[in-house]
Order: sequence, then structure tokens, then C-alpha cells
Amino acid sequence: MLNSKRLVLAHFWLAFVVFGLALLLGEWQMFVRSPLNPWVSNSELYYRSVTAHGSAMGYVFPTLIAMGFGYAITEFALKRPLIGRRWAWTGLVLVAVGAVTAMIPVSLGLASVLYTFYPPMIGNPFYYIGVVLVVVGSWIWVALMSINMAAWKRDNPGKPVPLAMFANVAGAYLWGWTAVGAAIEVIVLILPVALGLRTTIDAGLSRVFFSWTLHAIVYFWLMPTYIAYYTIFPRAIGGRLYSDAMARIAFILFVVVAMPIGVHHLFADPQVGAGFKFIQSAFTALVALPTLVTVFTICASAEIAGRLRGGKGPFGWVAALPWGNPMMLAVTFSFVMLGFGGAGGLINMSYQLDASIHNTQWITGHFHLIYAGAIVIMYFAIAYDLWPHLTGRALNSIGLIKAQLWLWFVGMIVTTFPWHYVGILGMPRRMASYDYANPAIAPEALSVSISVFGGLLLLVSAGLFFAVLIRGHRAVQTDPGEYRFSVAVHEPVRVPVALNGFALWLTLMIALTFINYGFPIAELLATKGNAVPAVYVGAAR
Amino acid sequence: MSAERLFTFRNPWFAAGVGITGAMVVLSFIIGFVLLPYAETNARLSSLWDAICSAAGVPRATVVSEAPKPTAVTSNVVMNSQMFGPPDTRSVGRGATLAMQCAICHGSNRQGQVDTPNLEGQPAASVYKELRDFKAAARTNAVMSPFALKLSEQDMLDLAAYYSYLPRQPGSHPDPAVTAPDIVARGAPMRNIPACSACHGTTDAKLGAPWLDGQSAVYLKAQLQAFASGGRRNDISEQMRNIARQMTAAEIDEAARYYASRP
Repeated sequence: MLNSKRLVLAHFWLAFVVFGLALLLGEWQMFVRSPLNPWVSNSELYYRSVTAHGSAMGYVFPTLIAMGFGYAITEFALKRPLIGRRWAWTGLVLVAVGAVTAMIPVSLGLASVLYTFYPPMIGNPFYYIGVVLVVVGSWIWVALMSINMAAWKRDNPGKPVPLAMFANVAGAYLWGWTAVGAAIEVIVLILPVALGLRTTIDAGLSRVFFSWTLHAIVYFWLMPTYIAYYTIFPRAIGGRLYSDAMARIAFILFVVVAMPIGVHHLFADPQVGAGFKFIQSAFTALVALPTLVTVFTICASAEIAGRLRGGKGPFGWVAALPWGNPMMLAVTFSFVMLGFGGAGGLINMSYQLDASIHNTQWITGHFHLIYAGAIVIMYFAIAYDLWPHLTGRALNSIGLIKAQLWLWFVGMIVTTFPWHYVGILGMPRRMASYDYANPAIAPEALSVSISVFGGLLLLVSAGLFFAVLIRGHRAVQTDPGEYRFSVAVHEPVRVPVALNGFALWLTLMIALTFINYGFPIAELLATKGNAVPAVYVGAAR
Repeated sequence: MSAERLFTFRNPWFAAGVGITGAMVVLSFIIGFVLLPYAETNARLSSLWDAICSAAGVPRATVVSEAPKPTAVTSNVVMNSQMFGPPDTRSVGRGATLAMQCAICHGSNRQGQVDTPNLEGQPAASVYKELRDFKAAARTNAVMSPFALKLSEQDMLDLAAYYSYLPRQPGSHPDPAVTAPDIVARGAPMRNIPACSACHGTTDAKLGAPWLDGQSAVYLKAQLQAFASGGRRNDISEQMRNIARQMTAAEIDEAARYYASRP
């Protein structure tokens, strides 16, 4: 029962088109700064491309996936039509208009500031206005998710909110609060300068506000992936979810501690005190907890499936798992990449270890492995799982799907492992060209070249992905049946109020934000003389 | 169950959620704001409150040894983007009169002068800064220094306004066949050399940096060598000295020849 098929499909298609274009730019960037290419003659072109790639992949693509998936979950899990479908379309239009508005100045070279904005660099105001429109569109989704859950709870008093919807709303609330930091940065600090009303900007304060968004945005990207782990994967491999309560606790932990930890992105910045850096580093360690809980619960769920399929002994159940099932493959690949990426993340969050890899290519490798690897491969899996229900046609290209997932996995490993390595060698990030003839840099040349070929595999994989989806639209019509989420071993009949809503957890999240960010922000606001002259990018001189 | 109250310590979820979060905050505060500041060997903390303030990032006066005194006069010119607005016509007029004494060396009619810069069309900030530096003896030249000594602040602003008002004259030896060498277009990142063109024209221009297109190759080369040897030292924060020292002789030649070949 899906009433909003066109709405969900529109979100997914727009997301994947944006993804495909941004992926091409990404591979071009890998190529031009590798030794396979003479120096890019105009480095501005490189930064223009990085800005477009980052803005599309960071703001537009995952937001649309979360929104589309969220609308589908609302109807599938609550088994009733979405409330506010017109608003949902408005949100989509805002995101689309925002994306185009932002990309025009970027492609003209008027906003090559990278998606992390980097004040005092200031780009064309339409770039920032476009980003704000994307965020406002996504806030409509946040409100709709909240309204839909509240309406369902009103009509079903005392009943547990279905896990998929609970997790979906957790993601929505997390994003709603997370986006506030960048929104304040853009609207209060950057836009007045971009519009020419002011000529100076407090770059340090801007970066503090951006860090508010910068870390938790990753968890917002991660939410659809985790929802798929818990509510699709056990069903898809013929097993059961090990624990509904642990799933809820994992999502709650994300809501509480994913956001007030962003200062670990500012370890090398002077404007935040070392004490606050330590506190946020400690809370960053805590955010590994929900991931560990998830790994445990999902492996236990897989074990249930393996044993139901006749697997025996301590490891026999692993062999009995349906390894030919695309969802099984996708989750396995995702876990492997999450494992390596998470291990790298422990280094980044440590105040001391971070110093050795700060601002190197290690960081770029890290977030590509986690996001483009562990997370995006599950976006593919989600699309494969939902597509028959969206189109009313079966996806028959199982071989292609498996090849696609394998290629994405191998491609991502080949891309990001050398990337981490050159980071350890000290290769700085955000540079358009490197002098590989220099003896200090020459050892990095081979690794960087290998990365380029990893990127090529990713391009081929994305091509297969589009082929599968398009072939799906052309297949014969079938009835996909009712969409089902995973069933827990012990289906909850009643859950404590704390695990059925977010009042307590949102309160804790906001309280922690004030504790961890209140003083640094207040102090920067109170200190005079922090503002520096804006550097207008691409402006006539 | 719907009557279950959430915001009370009798609710175990509330107690655990608030308790664990609170304990984490207190524990990490004690470590981050008390133990770690004291663990720093060179912290020089006067009290517990001082330790907390230092960890919170409150600006504090620290004991610093006296900065070494420079052995030579350095530039003390401070400029901001508001100082050089659109040229004021009276200022330009006064500048034109004053510039009569400069034209013999710095105009387009200058008599075969390859060791002086052509000032027509130079940004006002660059002309002003150099005049100030000559007057303060941060930059010295046997011919130029005596001229600058007698200029008033207003004279220097007027001269700057006048030269920036004039259109830039075409270069003496334009050669479109000469393409930008790497040092001009990209710099040498590994030696900490930014692209010349990032401050001195074609890609970008920075306040106080002269526009180099069409200047004499002899003059440019001499200045780069002077920066490299330390003979010229009026660059702010040693920017140009650090760059020129890192440049090879061939790069200095290439850069000078390239800018001289510009139209």
C-alpha cells in the first residue's frame, strides 16, 4: 500500500541523477590531481568542481534519499496515507530549486568556496540561498515526519510506534536540530557579507557553527542505512530482528550524542578552548556505542537467519546465509567498509592522534569510505528493495545487481585505502595539484594513481546501477505484494514511553548542545575584534 | 501504560538517560578542565579557576619574552580596503602637478629607463605604500629616497590617486608567444611559493601588491634578487623575501621575462 509512489520515485530519481553527475565530477577531480595528468592549468576549475561535488553529494543527494525513504516508510509502516502530501511536493520543489540556484553560481565560478563554505571566503549569495532552500525543503520533511508520527500515536494510544517509523523520525529530528548550526552560519554570518551589507566576518565563529552541523550531518546521511540494517535486512535474508528495544536505543543514542560533538572537527582551530575539545572528544567516543550495538544486533539477526536455514555449529550458520541475495551482499560490504572507516574515525576523534592526519588526504579517504562506501551502498540496496513497490514491476537483473554491488565495494576499497595511505605520508587535502616530481611527494604518486582506477570502477558500478533501475521500469508489471519490514524475535506489544517517543531525548540533545557549545559561542560573540575582511571568490577586481 | 510519566526520576529511563549523560559531562569536565591543564608542564597556572579559564579558551595574559628588535627599519604602512576609494578629482589634479618631478623616470616617456617601474595605471595602494616606505627608509634607493623624504602624507595620497587614475600604457615588448611559466601560474607549493599571478595580476590582485604586466625585466629581476639577498626588506611579514629566497635563478629569469612580455 503506497499512495505516494510518484512522490517517492521523484525523490529517488532526482537524488540519483544528482549523484550520477556529482560522481563524474569526483572522478574528474581524482584524475586531474593525479600524476596521470599534467597539472590542471587553472586550479579554480578544480575548486569549482569540488564545490559542486561536495554540495551535491553532501546536501542534495542524501537529503533527497532520506526524504523519499521517509515518506515511503511513513506509508508502509503506519499503513495509512501520508498526511501533508502537498507539503511534501513543496519540499521536493524547494530542494530542486535550491539545488539549481546553488549550482548556477558554482558552475560560473562565482562560489568556489567548497561545500564547507570556509569563511572568510565568500561566494555569490545565490549559492548560499540555494543551500538554504535545500535545507528549508528538508525541514518540511522533518515537520511532516513528526506530524505523521504524532497523528498515528493519537489514533493508536499505547501501541508501540513501528520501529521503521520510530527510526525515521529519529533521523528527522536529528537533522532538524543539526541543520540549525549551518543555517545560523549562512543566514546570520555569511549572507550579509555575500550581499555586501558587511565586509568583514568572524571566521572562527562561523567555523564553530559549521562544526555544529558538520558531524551530525554524517549521522543524518547514515540514518537510512541503519534503518535498512534493522528493518529490511533481517526480512530480506529470511531471518528476524534480534531485538526491537536495542534498535530503538541505538537510534535514541544517535539523537542524543551525534550532534554536540562537532568540535572534534576543530581540533586544530585556535578559537575553541582545549577543555571543550576534550569534552566533545569524550562524547565522540560515546557515539561509537550505537554503531557497536547495531553491529551486534544485526550480526545476531543474521545468525538467526543462518540457523533458520539449517546452519549448525559456531560458524556453520555463516555458510548457510543466502550469499547470493543482493541485500546480504550489500550489508556485508557495508559492514566491512563501516569497520575500516570506523577504525579510522577513532583516530580522527582522538585529540592527539588527529594531529598526525589533520587536513591530510586521510580525512577525505575516511569520509568517502564511510559515506560513499558504507552508507551509499545501502542507498542502492534500499532502492533495489523499494523499486518493485514503486514501479509495480520486478527487478529481474539479479546478476547485474550483484555485479554492481561488488564493483562499488571493490572500487571504494581501491579508491579509499591508498587515499588513507597518502594521508599518513602527509599529503594535504584541498589542493588542485601536486608536484610529483618532488622527491618529498614522489612516493605518493603510485597510491594516488591507484585511487583513480578505483574511481573508474565506481563509475562503471554507477552505470550498472542506472541500468538496473531503468530496466526495472521496462519490466513486465507484477504485483509485488504488501511491503513488509523485519519482524523482531519478540515483537513489542508495549514499549516504555521513553522508547516510544523523543521528548526526553530531544531535551537531552538540546541540553548537551548548550553545555558543549554554549560557552564557546557566547565567548566568541562577546570578544571584539574577531572579524576579518571577507575574501570574495570570483568577484570582479 | 500511557499514564506512565516520563520526566521524573522515578522513571528508570529518565533517571538513566539524565544520570549517564550528566555523569559523562561531569567526568569529562573534571578531566578536560582540571586534570589536563595541570598535566601541561608549561602551563603556569595560578589557581584552579585559572586552569578552568585556560581550558575554556578565555583569552589570558601569558608570560612572553620580549620580541627581538628588528635590526633594520621595516615597513610600518597599514592599509585597509577603505583607504583607496574612487579617485577624488582634486587629489588627482594635485598628484598630476607633483608627478612632474617623477615623470622622467616613471612615465611612459621615460628615457630608456629599464631599472625603474612604470607607474601609470598602478593601483593606488601600491604607489602609496612604496612612497611611505621610501620616506621611512624601509626601502632605500640613492635616487628615489631624497625625493620621498620631502613628500607629505597628502602628497603621497595624491600621487597614488594620480597614477592609479592614468590608464596603463601598453608594454614595451609585448610577446604573446611567451606563456605563463609554472612559477607565475601555479607557484611551487612544495617550496611554499604561491603563484606570482595570485597577487600581482592576471589571476588575482592583492592590496598593496603592484601590477607587474609590462614592467621591465631588468627591474623585476633586480628586485627579486634584492628580496632574495635581503637588500630590500620593506615587504610586509617578509612575504616577498620568503618567496624570492626559495626561487631558483631560472625561475626569477622566467618570471621577469614573462611579465615584461605582457602587453
